[in-house]
Amino acid sequence: MTAKKQEPISKKERLQIPRQKMPQQDAKERIKNFNEVPYGLPVELAQKEAMRCIECKKPVCIGGCPVEVDIPAFIKLIVDGDFIGAAKKIKETNALPAICGRVCPQEEQCEQVCVLAKKHTSVAIGYLERFVADYEREMGEIEIPELPPPTGKKVAIVGSGPAGLTVAADLAQMGHKVVIYEALHKAGGVLIYGIPEFRLPKSIVASEVDYLKKMGVEIHTSYVIGKLDTVDELFEMGYDAVFVGTGAGLPNFMRVEGENFNGIYSANEFLTRSNLMRAYDFPEADTPIFVGENVAVLGGGNTAMDAVRTSLRLGAKNAYIIYRRSRNEMPARIEEIHHAEEEGVQFKFLTSPVKYYGDENGWVKEMECVKYELGEPDASGRRRPVVIEGSNFIIPINTVVVAIGNSSNPLIPQTTPGLETNKWGNIVVNEKTMMSSRPGLFAGGDIVTGGATVILAAGAGKVAARAIHKYVMGIPFDEREDEEKKEEKKESVSKK
Amino acid sequence: MNKILAKKELCEKVHKFRIEAPHLVEKAKAGQFVILRENETGERVPMSIGGLDKENGILTVVIQEVGKTSASMNRMKVGDSFSDVVGPLGVPTHIEKFGNCICIGGGVGIPPIYPIAQALKEAGNHVTTIIGARTKELLIYEKELSEASDELLISTDDGSYGTHGFVTTVLQKLLDDGKEVNFVMAIGPVPMMKAVVNTTRKPKIKTFVSLNPIMVDGTGMCGACRVTVGGRTRFACVDGPDFDGHEVDFDEMTKRLKMYVRYEKRAYDKFLDNEKCRLKKQVENT
Repeated sequence: MTAKKQEPISKKERLQIPRQKMPQQDAKERIKNFNEVPYGLPVELAQKEAMRCIECKKPVCIGGCPVEVDIPAFIKLIVDGDFIGAAKKIKETNALPAICGRVCPQEEQCEQVCVLAKKHTSVAIGYLERFVADYEREMGEIEIPELPPPTGKKVAIVGSGPAGLTVAADLAQMGHKVVIYEALHKAGGVLIYGIPEFRLPKSIVASEVDYLKKMGVEIHTSYVIGKLDTVDELFEMGYDAVFVGTGAGLPNFMRVEGENFNGIYSANEFLTRSNLMRAYDFPEADTPIFVGENVAVLGGGNTAMDAVRTSLRLGAKNAYIIYRRSRNEMPARIEEIHHAEEEGVQFKFLTSPVKYYGDENGWVKEMECVKYELGEPDASGRRRPVVIEGSNFIIPINTVVVAIGNSSNPLIPQTTPGLETNKWGNIVVNEKTMMSSRPGLFAGGDIVTGGATVILAAGAGKVAARAIHKYVMGIPFDEREDEEKKEEKKESVSKK
Repeated sequence: MNKILAKKELCEKVHKFRIEAPHLVEKAKAGQFVILRENETGERVPMSIGGLDKENGILTVVIQEVGKTSASMNRMKVGDSFSDVVGPLGVPTHIEKFGNCICIGGGVGIPPIYPIAQALKEAGNHVTTIIGARTKELLIYEKELSEASDELLISTDDGSYGTHGFVTTVLQKLLDDGKEVNFVMAIGPVPMMKAVVNTTRKPKIKTFVSLNPIMVDGTGMCGACRVTVGGRTRFACVDGPDFDGHEVDFDEMTKRLKMYVRYEKRAYDKFLDNEKCRLKKQVENT
């Protein structure tokens, strides 16, 4: 890879460059392996794509980013050929660029508000973010930022998913001692157990975790807070603040008759077996997974896409997405839906199971479904699906993966007296500080919002880190200051 | 950490491990369980707690060889370490002064009965323990349980020791003799637990069982361990492992436990074949 500064060109010329396409593994080949699907942009294409940025005077893309990455600045550095500088620029506000470049829903965030999106196509900001992060990692030039002298303050972080890792990075950068407690045997949370290798290689997560360790963050795995130690005991151990980012760790089932037949998994279990436990490598790895000929994945989110594409790679002949609403309401990233289509996933929209039938050994063999039509919009603004009476039909099925979302894990709320939760069991926080009803106890990510995205969790982590810093240093929360910042952000978004 | 300090063969294919786990042992209570993982490619296996040496911070776990993972663990040596010992997990057994308690253990369900019998006795209960095995040689934890209980009764299927019959034969006899029983705790193979709750159903004796379904994370995250109790789906890892035995759907549980039988056999056969090859080579080389 060679980095060369590109000569400046006119705005008109910039607008003529088409959005670059990322080369990717052929669909027929890739369903036989777990390797990453898109290869990433080569240097020439990355610089060409970067040249498309017209350097708006008031860049609205920054406001579209939950962690406010200075997008035009890092893109300019790519044009200049300073890829390492570009990576550093992103890392000023985002500790996890290689991950976010791959899993953020950019089309709903920075790329949606990009000025070019209106008349042309937006700059491929996600591709560029991934490009610089990969470049930095592959060159082996990841530098640890200069750390301020230790503040003497200690913060415990419960859970090492995107929220926890972000808080850890930010607090370590401010000179605080950070210790992460992770319940599973590997750090990374959903990035490790949930998102498959073909979408986010685990070596990338490992290297981001390694980066934190180099910054002095301590990580304890196989350490279940709420069981081994409670949150109160963490405070007794001398932590000045505790951040809870335990995710949405309790899978929802549909409570449909026959749901406990063998062959019916929660998405969490299915993906954990395949990703964290490496069941795709059975019997080299010891954990098995069962994927039959006909696989139905229930749900329309990113997790559903991950599960259905995993099932193809594990040998499914017919892999279905069964979704209650229509294509337009699917919450998954567009890229994931495209990838699933390319790989031969069959989509059954406006469909939902009502009953499972099993064989004499308790294995699921058929699924009875009903069809829906879309009615009036509901509270979420999406059109409510309404059952079509008498539309029942049966599909033969061997494996079912229920990917309809998660509830909050009870381990922490149950063992932390005085911690306020809402009716879904999510921890209630002040949105400006992410502090809970317990002083010094902060929370963010899915445990607060319910199932959401990696970048929203990271965004919550950023807000929490700023507040935790103030809290442990005895600086009063200035809500007005935060308010103003929010207003500014709103303005920049609304000006799109 | 997680180091094996002592290891003893209790009977064929069953080993008792004493594992260094001071923090876990300090926090663990009777009825909870742990998850063990041997190495990088290893499974996460839920294991009952077969003893808590609070003074020395040592965890006792009894492992029966039934497949590849347990076989491989049973070949670990003193001084080796498990890569992970996670816990304590699950809700501790509810201990209170019930009066007359009967603790029933079968097979490798006997060791976890031990800390529960201890706790019940400490709470002021009169504890009668019934343990059973196929034959005398397979009976384990007799000494421990005779110390922990006020009374220890034994059954063997072949009559080689104690009462000829099952643990339920002994239990039924106690009930027939008019013994007042206020609480029964049963841990063992599913057919045994099912037989115990069938025995105590009619006289309406409060009976709890400790379930050991297939698990992955053990913290509520995956739902592999779902069991139907009182018509509702519960997660054994966070809602259990103890449940009211009269409410448990044991037939469903039996089927769910067999989900990976084919895979388990494949992995176990491969493991034994490899082991045979290795031994053969060793013999040839010497």
